[in-house]
Amino acid sequence: MAHEVQNFNLDQKFDFTAGIKKSIMTVLLIGAALLVVGIVLAMMGGGHAEEGAEAGGHAFHWYQRLFANIWINNVYFTGIAIVGVFFFAIQYAAQAGWSAPITRVMLAFGNWLPIAAILMIASFFVMGHDLFHWWHAELFDKASSEYDAIIDGKGAFFYWPMEKGTFPVFYIARMIIFFGFWVFFFTKFKKIAAAEDQLGGTSHWFKMRSWSAYFLVFFAVSSSISAWDWVMSIDTHWFSTLFGWYVFSSWFVAGLSAITLTVIFLKGKGYLEMVNENHVHDLGKFVFGFSIFWTYLWFSQFLLIYYANIPEESVYFIERLKSDVYGGFIFVNIGMNFVLPFLVLMTRDAKRHGIFLKLVCTLLIVGHWVDFFLMVQPGTLGHNGGIGFMEIGTFLVYGSAVALVVLGGLAKGNLIPKNHPMLEESYHHHI
Amino acid sequence: MERDTHFVLGVYEDEDVLMNAVKQVRTSGVKIHEVYSPYPVHGLEHALGYKRSRLPIAAFLFGMLGTSLALTMQFYMMKFDWPMIIGGKDFAAFPDFIPVSFEMTVLLAAFGMVGVFMVSSNLKPWAQPRIFDLRITDDKHVMAIDLAVNSGMGEEKIKEILASSGATEVNNKSFDE
Repeated sequence: MAHEVQNFNLDQKFDFTAGIKKSIMTVLLIGAALLVVGIVLAMMGGGHAEEGAEAGGHAFHWYQRLFANIWINNVYFTGIAIVGVFFFAIQYAAQAGWSAPITRVMLAFGNWLPIAAILMIASFFVMGHDLFHWWHAELFDKASSEYDAIIDGKGAFFYWPMEKGTFPVFYIARMIIFFGFWVFFFTKFKKIAAAEDQLGGTSHWFKMRSWSAYFLVFFAVSSSISAWDWVMSIDTHWFSTLFGWYVFSSWFVAGLSAITLTVIFLKGKGYLEMVNENHVHDLGKFVFGFSIFWTYLWFSQFLLIYYANIPEESVYFIERLKSDVYGGFIFVNIGMNFVLPFLVLMTRDAKRHGIFLKLVCTLLIVGHWVDFFLMVQPGTLGHNGGIGFMEIGTFLVYGSAVALVVLGGLAKGNLIPKNHPMLEESYHHHI
Repeated sequence: MERDTHFVLGVYEDEDVLMNAVKQVRTSGVKIHEVYSPYPVHGLEHALGYKRSRLPIAAFLFGMLGTSLALTMQFYMMKFDWPMIIGGKDFAAFPDFIPVSFEMTVLLAAFGMVGVFMVSSNLKPWAQPRIFDLRITDDKHVMAIDLAVNSGMGEEKIKEILASSGATEVNNKSFDE
């Protein structure tokens, strides 16, 4: 049987040229410069240090804003990395044929995971005290005037089996287990992929499908719990039952946008010739559909809290909507992540042409950073937060570091899974 | 309203033969009235040169109609007709209106789309469908060619083209409703 896909160069590798590296490094240096400017401004009292009586009664220090920024980007880019692996696993578990030539692009995002793990665990030890209200021992001390019965009730979730207020063993164990398994599954996928490239045959595909299914089960649980741990526990009193899904959907849209952008970038450089506008159309549909899914969850969370109007729940939105710092960003968030993608990507032609997708995907990657900014900063910084040089700088530094690591990982292996059993099917994909 | 119409029919056994025949007949300059087949043939609409359906535009417009009707209805009821205090909110509490507006959008878009589809495909209950050949509901593909549209070409010539394109039978069919 003639395989038309054999007409293409299936052995192609992504050449991570000095030119591309240089442009990413330039962005990184610009980011670093902005970050330094931001830090200097904050040290000179750019924040409202005199108003500093925050939750916990601490005075505000400039480094808290840096900590919050690092935490936002830790969580955000960990999400983009794990969503790459997640979307890869989905393709195999769903036995998808259309996506065969771009699966390696998805998998490459996992290269950030080991670095993300180190960054996350290290920054938790350095910054945990300043980021997480529940870190304070006096909250659990019945004799103290600071004693908080609600947080005491939740304390075991962080501190078990140690005594509450001492050392958050359970929390750190979860963090290590989640990252450990994510990195384990990522390396497993990479190994099977490398073996498939060398040996061929369908057995590797079946193996990959089984491991994908195991990963998806683990990810279903771990993505939700990591959202509670890393993001929701910042607002320790408050809780929302769909928060895990909400954070996951934000990660997913950002990850899909990053995958789509990378595919369009690679096509622009002349790689992935068999990926045509039908495949790009499908990626566009994913981005379009899941940005609506994110909106659905965001709005479900908002509407129920707004409608029920229970003080311990609505405080979350009062902190944001009534704030002089964050009030406007709520609407920026909805505009960037729902209104614009919805209107721009609605037509078929917009999903098939690179220029609209590039525009919307870039918008969504920045937009979902704003979403995480709105989740983290109000609870950690209060009205000492905001978007300034430091925020833009940290985002650029992290973003270009992720781009360097992901593209570097992509350049190491084959760009196309040349022995994937559904490559021919994908070539004939037509919608 | 309808005049006497005369058709030439090409009957095909196989969908691959049909697909090639459609391309062949079209390149020879004959205008195809319609192709009937017992099941959907992938890519046939492209071979026939059909334009993309404009149904999504109808869906969008009906959806917008649904949104505006729902918002108008709720604002009128809650703000002017019978204002009620619910949960201490404004009379015109916009977030509360979103779920109903969403549902009305989906409902009218769906109904509108089905309605437009039925009208444009002549699927009204009292419509008398033209049955070209009863076997199109079973195992044969039938290509119908309207002689009036192809008056520049002789009937014999058309039959010849159909036969050479792989039709197992070439028949005449007339309707005089």
